[in-house]
Parts: sequence; C-alpha cells; structure tokens
Amino acid sequence: MIKLDNIEKVYRTSRVETVALMNINLEVKEGEFISIMGPSGCGKSTLLNLMGLLDAPTKGQLLINGKEITSYKDKYLANLRNQEIGFIFQSFHLVNDLSVLDNVEIPLLYRKISSSQRRQMALKALEHVGLTARIYHFPSQLSGGQQQRVAIARAIVGRPKILLADEPTGNLDSKMGEEVMNLLVGLNEEKTTIVMVTHDKRMAERTKRIVRIFDGRQVG
Amino acid sequence: MLKNYIKIAFLVLMRRKIFTFISLFAISFTLTVLIVISAMLDHMFAPVAPEVNMQRTLGIYFGEMKGPDSTWNGNPGYGLLDKCARNLPNVELISIFMENQTVNSYLRGQKIVSSLKRTDGEYWKILKFNFLEGSPITNEDEEKANFVAVINKSTREKFFPNESAIGKYIEADSQNFRVIGVVEDVSQFCNSAHSEIWVPLSTNKDQGYRREVLGRCVGLLLAKSPDDFPSIKTEFAQRVNNFEFPAELKNEYNKITCFADTSLEIISRQALGDPNPTKLILILIGLMVLFMLLPAVNLININISRILERASEIGVRKAFGASSWVLVGQFIVENLILTLIGSILGFIGSIVVLLIINQSNIIQYANFQLNYRVFFYGVLTTIFFSFLSGVYPAWQMSKLNPIEALRGGIR
Ligand SMILES: Nc1ncnc2c1ncn2[C@@H]1O[C@H](COP(=O)(O)OP(=O)(O)O)[C@@H](O)[C@H]1O
Ligand SMILES: [Mg+2]
Repeated sequence: MIKLDNIEKVYRTSRVETVALMNINLEVKEGEFISIMGPSGCGKSTLLNLMGLLDAPTKGQLLINGKEITSYKDKYLANLRNQEIGFIFQSFHLVNDLSVLDNVEIPLLYRKISSSQRRQMALKALEHVGLTARIYHFPSQLSGGQQQRVAIARAIVGRPKILLADEPTGNLDSKMGEEVMNLLVGLNEEKTTIVMVTHDKRMAERTKRIVRIFDGRQVG
Repeated sequence: MLKNYIKIAFLVLMRRKIFTFISLFAISFTLTVLIVISAMLDHMFAPVAPEVNMQRTLGIYFGEMKGPDSTWNGNPGYGLLDKCARNLPNVELISIFMENQTVNSYLRGQKIVSSLKRTDGEYWKILKFNFLEGSPITNEDEEKANFVAVINKSTREKFFPNESAIGKYIEADSQNFRVIGVVEDVSQFCNSAHSEIWVPLSTNKDQGYRREVLGRCVGLLLAKSPDDFPSIKTEFAQRVNNFEFPAELKNEYNKITCFADTSLEIISRQALGDPNPTKLILILIGLMVLFMLLPAVNLININISRILERASEIGVRKAFGASSWVLVGQFIVENLILTLIGSILGFIGSIVVLLIINQSNIIQYANFQLNYRVFFYGVLTTIFFSFLSGVYPAWQMSKLNPIEALRGGIR
C-alpha cells in the first residue's frame, strides 16, 4: 500500500539544517492500522506528511498504492492525494467560512462529479460519523469532537484507500477521543488502511502495529 | 467547476460581510467619483448645443496692460476688440459680448434675480441655441439698440408660467425689453453661452464701454478650421501689440497683451496663468490617480490580508487535491464577482449623484450625462486592480506547499 525506501528528510533554512528523518524503511500493507509513536519533535509528522505527499523527501523512494512517485510536480501530487489519500489533522483544519456539508464536499470538488452526487456522498459520509443533524452548522458551532468527526467525514468522503491521521485525538478530551478512535477502528474493519500518529499509549494499543521513531530514526 | 467557484465565492463573500462591504464600498465609490468627474469634463468640452462650433472657436477673455508703475489685468474692452479682433484672416465670424451681470426684476412685488448677457447679432450665429419659440437677436437689433430680449425656459416659467412669452415685456435692471425668443436652459459650465436673459449690447445704459481697452467684454472668433488657429493668434497678437492707447491711458500704460485661446487654454490660463494645457492635464490626471490610489491601496491591502487569513483553507484544499491553478482560479472568480457587484453599485451611484447635481442648483442648468466609455474604462481599471491585489498574493500562496499553508502560510 505504502512503501518507504531509505527515506531521508532534511529541513534547510538559511541558518540551520535539521535532519528530521534518516534512513526510514517502512512498508504499510493493505488493511493495516499502524500507529507511529515517539517523543515530540522526533519526526512523526514529517513522516506522515511524506506518506501523504504533502512534502517531498530529500532522499529515497516512495510507493503509494503500487505507484512509484516519480515526480513531485504540483498537479500530479494534487491528483494522487485527491484519489488515494484522506487526511485527519490534530487541529481539524475545517474551513470556518463553509458549512459542515460544504466542508465535507471539498475533496469531491476536485473530481468530475455532479453536484447532486457530491451532496449524496457527503451526506453518506456524515451519516457514517453520526452528524446528519448538523450539516448546515458552521464549524465554530460544533464541539471539538464533532469537528473532528466532520474532518473524518471529509477524509473518507472520496473513499480513499489510505487514511493518514496526525494525532487525531490530541486536542480532544478522553471521552471524545474515544469516540473518534472507535470511528477509526470501525473504518479499518471496513478495509481502510490507516496510519496514525499518536502520543497516547492506550490509543496505540488499539492498532495492529506500532512503529517507534526516536530522533528521526526508526527504533522498532 | 466554474459553477462551484461561483458558489464558493458567494458563500465566502456572504460570510465575510465586513470585508465584502469595505471592498464594495471602495470599488463603487472610486468608480462613482471617476464617472462624475469625467461627466463634468465631458460636459465642459464636448461640442454640444449651443457650443456646437467649439472645435473651431477661439475665445478672447484675458488682457493685460502694463506701465512703469502699474498693471491692469482683466477682460478685454469693446474698444480693443473692435479695433483688433475684426476682419482677422480665416475668421468666419466674430462676436463681441459682455460678461454676465446680475440683474433684478420685480414681478407682483417679488424680486427675481437673473443673469443678463448683452450680445451682438453674430453671437447667435456662432452659438447654436435651441429655440423653443421666437428668434434670436439680430445685427439690426444691435445697430438700432432695440429693446428686445431672448430669455431661457426657466425665466419664461418665472415670468409667464404656462404661456408663450413672445411679444410680452420683461423688466430687468430697470430697463424694459420685449421678448422675441425663448431658448432651452444652458448650463453654467458653458461659459460663453450661459445666461438667463440676453439683450443687445447697444442697450447698455452707459455707452462708455465702446471706448474701453480693458473692460468686461469677451470676443468669440469662429475660424474656418482649427488649423488656422496659430495664424489667427499671431495676427491678433500683432495687432494688439500695435494698438494705440487712447490719450487718457497713454501716460500710465505703454504695453498691452491680449490672447485668443481655445476653451482648454482659457481654463488653463485661468487656473495656472499658463495657457499650455499640458500642465493642467497632468495635474488633473495626477489628482485623479492620487484619488484612486487610496481605495486601490486599501483594496490591495484587505485583499492580501484576507488571502493570508485563508492560508489554512488553501492548505486544506491542497491536501485534498486542489492544484495551484485551481486555487488561483477560485480567487480570480471571487475577485471578479466582487468587482462586478462593485461596478454595478458604482454605476447606480453615479447615476444617482449626476441626477442630484442636475436637479439641484449647485451648477445652474447643468445637465451631466453618464459617459459609458469612461464607465467601461473605470470597470477595466477596477478589474486590473482587483487582479493585481487578489491574484498575485493568491498565486504566491498557492505555490506554498500544503504544510506551510496549513501552518498559516508564513515561510
Ligand atoms: N518546516 C520546517 N522547517 C524546519 N524544521 C522543521 C520543519 N518542520 C519540522 N521541523 C523540525 O523537524 C523535526 C521533526 O518535526 P516533526 O515531524 O513536526 O516532529 P513531531 O511531529 O514528531 O513532533 C523537529 O526538530 C522540527 O523542529
Ligand atoms: Mg507533530
């Protein structure tokens, strides 16, 4: 599903050079639920962003869904992200100017889909996360847990094979975190491959495999 | 896709009411001012009745006498014009008339204040008034000093409401005139044509004006063609230079200058003391640009900050599959819609302002028309500014990688 081959990422600014990841070799198989753990600043987000084609590695080879990433051109990556990947962020990143329904429709805007079908798919995704009653609300009118559920609906609306979640429960209290985690486990049972970054040991224990990073290196 | 762009644009504009309001205000206000100013300029310089011959007309409005100890500036007098402005080569017609004076009339115990202009017969051949009834003052009226008058429509309304004025008598400045013609109202901006009552020059109470070197007259020269202007001006200047001062002025003055100017030169001379209109035009353009700069800078500013604010939205859209071009397209449509609405508001605004100016008496008998050409260029300019202010930062932002954008867009 996802294969990282000798991946390295160095952040260069005018003054400093930060080696965020070194020598990463990792294969994520179809249907897996992997959690990535490690102390703050060790490179977890960087790793997830590389898998999600949000950023380019400094060195190494990447395969997504059997497709080798040969170019890091804007349009090509945009299209791949749109088709293959769904993102969930720690701080939700909903568009405040848009209603819940419009937020969920965003990934479908960049596909050739009629507006009625778009609406249908968005409603279905919202039903999946149990928010059918809130579709015309704006993000600011929702609780954190509800916002993250909207974000999950947005991530799954285009039926991507891979979900990437960066500390999806990091901004939520334990009860809301639990709800979000239940949703993710459910999605994985329906064959979605999930990679999740987390700090929380109890959340990690509910996944099928744990990858540990320390100071930019894989440690098991 | 376009339908989506438009839908999203409307959603965003509706949600950001303050931003939308300020932008719309800036756009429509700028356009309104631009259109109103150009309507005024148009009104001043377009060859519409009665100034149909404006392109071929030179006006003599200014003269100056100098002596060892004194200078005298002012309108030319009848004496000077009579001596130097008649029979110039390539001049078809010459008219001499007096600048407007304010006169009082008393009608059933009520005072009516009007502008009165004393003219010769040629005046009515150079300027083509729209006559509602009757006929103009003739050369014969001028020669015989007939007490006849042409009045405008508004004056007829005041003196003879709802009836013909021809043959009736009108009293002005304690003289009695028989009305022979009624013309359409003429705007105050048409300097040589504007008045409310016109009577023969020779009916002036004091005949002393006939000898004046400087006084309160104006000369109008109708050239065969504008190409003849330079030679006419030179010949006139030469004749003025050779002008023989009357005995009573000889001791005080020894040099006189007087100018035949086009309408643009007259205004430039009046405003800057220099007939060359280039400077005046540059100053006007400069003022307009300066005036437009304020809302433009304002617009650019709020556009940029609005886009910066939306960095995280750009990041989200990119993460979910929008390419840079798609995002730029979205911002273009948003800006275009904003500009279009602003233009429509500006259009309505200018119509309202022009209507108010026309209805009120700020400028007497003004009739400003909306200039569609200027409106078109105004809209183009606005679109240009909105592109500059909206598309460039959007392009910058859309080039960010999604993570930087999600983080807030500051590199
Ligand atoms: N855009 C960036 N520019 C420079 N350094 C960065 C950037 N993003 C992350 N880093 C650095 O890379 C390292 C890994 O960051 P990150 O992947 O965010 O860690 P984590 O998610 O595990 O907390 C940190 O030292 C961080 O400071
Ligand atoms: Mg992180």
